[in-house]
Amino acid sequence: MEVILPIANATAAAIARVSAAFNAPHARAVVFGIHIDGHLVVEGLLIAAILFQLSRKSYKPPKKPLTEKEIDELCDEWKPEPLCPPIKEGARIDTPTLECAAGPHTTIDGKEVVNFASANYLGLIGNEKIIDSCVGSVEKYGVGSCGPRGFYGTIDVHLDCEAKIAKFLGTQDSILYSYGISTIFSVIPAFCKKGDIIVADEGVHWAVQNGLQLSRSTVVYFKHNDMASLASTLEKLTHGNKRTEKIRRYIVVEAIYQNSGQVAPLDEIIRLKEKYRFRVILEESHSFGVLGKSGRGLAEHYGVPIEKIDIVTAGMGNALATDGGFCTGSVRVVDHQRLSSSGYVFSASLPPYLATAAISAVNHLEENPAVLSNLRSNIALLHKG
Amino acid sequence: MVRLPYVTALTTLFSYGLLFAFGQLRDFFRRILDVGKSNNLKGYAPICLGLEDFYTRRLYLRIQDCFGRPIASAPDAWFDVVERYSNDSNKTLHCTTKTSKCLNLGSYNYLGFAAADEYCTPHVIQSLKKYSASTCSVRVDGGNTKLHMELEELVARFVGKPAAIIFGMGYVTNSAIIPTLVGKGGLIISDSLNHNSIVNGARGSGASVQVFQHNNPAQLEDVLREQIAAGQHRTHRPWKKIIVIVEGIYSMEGELCKLPEIIAVCKKYKAYTYLDEAHSIGAVGKTGRGVCELLGVDPANIDIMMGTFTKSFGSCGGYIAASKEIIRHLKLTCPAHIYATSMSPPAVQQVISAIKVVLGEDGSNRGAKKLSQIRENSNFFRSELQKMGFEVLGDNDSPVMPIMLYNPAKIPAFSRECLRQHVAVVTVAFPATPLLLARARICISASHSREDLIKGLEVISKVGDLVGIKYFPVEHEKTTSLEKLKKLQ
Repeated sequence: MEVILPIANATAAAIARVSAAFNAPHARAVVFGIHIDGHLVVEGLLIAAILFQLSRKSYKPPKKPLTEKEIDELCDEWKPEPLCPPIKEGARIDTPTLECAAGPHTTIDGKEVVNFASANYLGLIGNEKIIDSCVGSVEKYGVGSCGPRGFYGTIDVHLDCEAKIAKFLGTQDSILYSYGISTIFSVIPAFCKKGDIIVADEGVHWAVQNGLQLSRSTVVYFKHNDMASLASTLEKLTHGNKRTEKIRRYIVVEAIYQNSGQVAPLDEIIRLKEKYRFRVILEESHSFGVLGKSGRGLAEHYGVPIEKIDIVTAGMGNALATDGGFCTGSVRVVDHQRLSSSGYVFSASLPPYLATAAISAVNHLEENPAVLSNLRSNIALLHKG
Repeated sequence: MVRLPYVTALTTLFSYGLLFAFGQLRDFFRRILDVGKSNNLKGYAPICLGLEDFYTRRLYLRIQDCFGRPIASAPDAWFDVVERYSNDSNKTLHCTTKTSKCLNLGSYNYLGFAAADEYCTPHVIQSLKKYSASTCSVRVDGGNTKLHMELEELVARFVGKPAAIIFGMGYVTNSAIIPTLVGKGGLIISDSLNHNSIVNGARGSGASVQVFQHNNPAQLEDVLREQIAAGQHRTHRPWKKIIVIVEGIYSMEGELCKLPEIIAVCKKYKAYTYLDEAHSIGAVGKTGRGVCELLGVDPANIDIMMGTFTKSFGSCGGYIAASKEIIRHLKLTCPAHIYATSMSPPAVQQVISAIKVVLGEDGSNRGAKKLSQIRENSNFFRSELQKMGFEVLGDNDSPVMPIMLYNPAKIPAFSRECLRQHVAVVTVAFPATPLLLARARICISASHSREDLIKGLEVISKVGDLVGIKYFPVEHEKTTSLEKLKKLQ
């Protein structure tokens, strides 16, 4: 009994001391007239500990750059692929070698053959008047033009040819390029930059695809020559999209498709373009001089005024029996290309005798519309057979 | 190397700043005045938004008459420049029927084949009558004639490679060949001052592109080591192949490429080399075979050699010369060969005749005379210009010499004053050159005679004094060398 009493007394005294400590008045220290409570010190220490941990950098394994010796070893063991892959045995192409002009009848290896391979639609290869004008041009100007258009490569026959083509088609102005396929793959990047929208046909040929790739814009393809597919694509792109007001939008089609031979329905395309506010780039390489009552191309064939098509390009290596290409449209369209189209600015201009040949060919087409009826009867004959 | 005086750099920057400020002021007023006018775009986005064509509208159009001057005769040593006038301060230019005969220091006519030539022109006319102006077909279908085969063999023999392939346009040669040689997973390392056609070809190929400092083989080695060690971007897989593209003569600097060192670096790191000799084939070298002959490099050490026929041979088109396997591969896959109209037969004949003249196979020594004439002319002209105090770029033996102008106002002043005194020069500014480094570029031809060059030098000296571009004036005695030469004539 006597043991329990001192223990009980000690416990009671301890409890009394603890409760006294808890119930003690809060003012323990007075610094500058502010009372500092005990718990504030503990909280201050906790905050200091948190800040210290936050300010320490997280652990990252140390970076070890490659030493010179390691780079040498890597360079020694790198083996490049051969520059060209080995030729497969079945992939040989034996191209026929012509011995005279590529007219309707030509000679290959001494044999007379009928030529169905050249795109000589109006039969102008071997035409006397055109060859005479070319001979005069070669004697006066030489063969090459020795300079780009900006640096004394503009010869008066180029300006005459541009004016002639613009007058023939009924557009405001035109611009000449020095090679057929470079026309379309310089025109597209000149107008379409990154961020623009292009809707193109699936079946366009290589040069158009190259131009689309170089332009870095967003390209959406629609099914080959399918107007319903085009309409739904345009609807999807412009539906509810307010930003399309500021972005440039283009439709790229060919008049006669090189890969399939189909004709694009221009009236449908114009109707869709005006509804959705897109600009049309029309590639007329195979239809210039072929379609239309007087050979003026797809617009005449469908009876659409040429002003409705924004940009028309064509290579002259087909119906006009010369080389090079042109692009026509409004003055604004053509002037823009004179400084920003890479195939025009950074390349030598068309040889003058080819520009003379183009002028003579267009003259011949204007004076003899009968060639078109000949062409059409031949086409009908072959289709029927 | 361009040594730009400090004061000149400051004044040039100030001039451009002033032009920019004036352009912005005029744009501001144009916007205010156009508020009332209705926009005839009808909901279409404009072709050029905002500041995209600021440079064209406000800076280029002011001096438009210095570029694109039409001519009415062959681009020979002397030609007829058509006079133009403008009614609306250079926005549109109209041609008159008057022409003025001027000395041609601007056309690329290095060997003088630009005008009708006594050997080439009869052959060209004959081929025109036989094959007509165009073949109207692609090379693989019906456009391959005996002339094309002959030219390919001749070019391969001339350049010193086993085989060659020709195309109808030099620009297309570069942009269509580079994608067939290297694709995704490959690396293209090109010189920082390469031509636009090479840049387009590299971009269109899908390979990664790195640039090394102009004509600096040591920096090329650093780039190669870094790239081979690091591998492809992000995946770090090894590169499939690496191609280094350089040019023989850089057309805006007139410099020759440091070919032996670059070839040594490429061989050490197993990279392929592609040499673009557009300006140097036919123009440099003892027998006209280009920079390889001039710098003593064996053509077998370069994998692919490309060139154009426009500059030295007075025709159009381009070629690629390489080993037989590469040429066979190109003939099967290159789109410019399979989809493009073949080169016009008279142009092919012109190149064949021109190469025969240069090689001496036409039975005369006109070729050797032309080659020595252009070398003498270039060295004479360059040394005289340097003696007069102009800052001339380029190496000896190169027929291209740019004279530095720097200030934007001196470009039209130099060009118009020279034209008034019957000398036609070419001036280039931004964006073909860096902003501060505008220049006038002279191209010498083998058809220039000594009197033509002296007349050109006199006019340039007078105009240079007027305009103030003799940045490095020299002692008095040296300037009398021109008078001494005139007395000797």
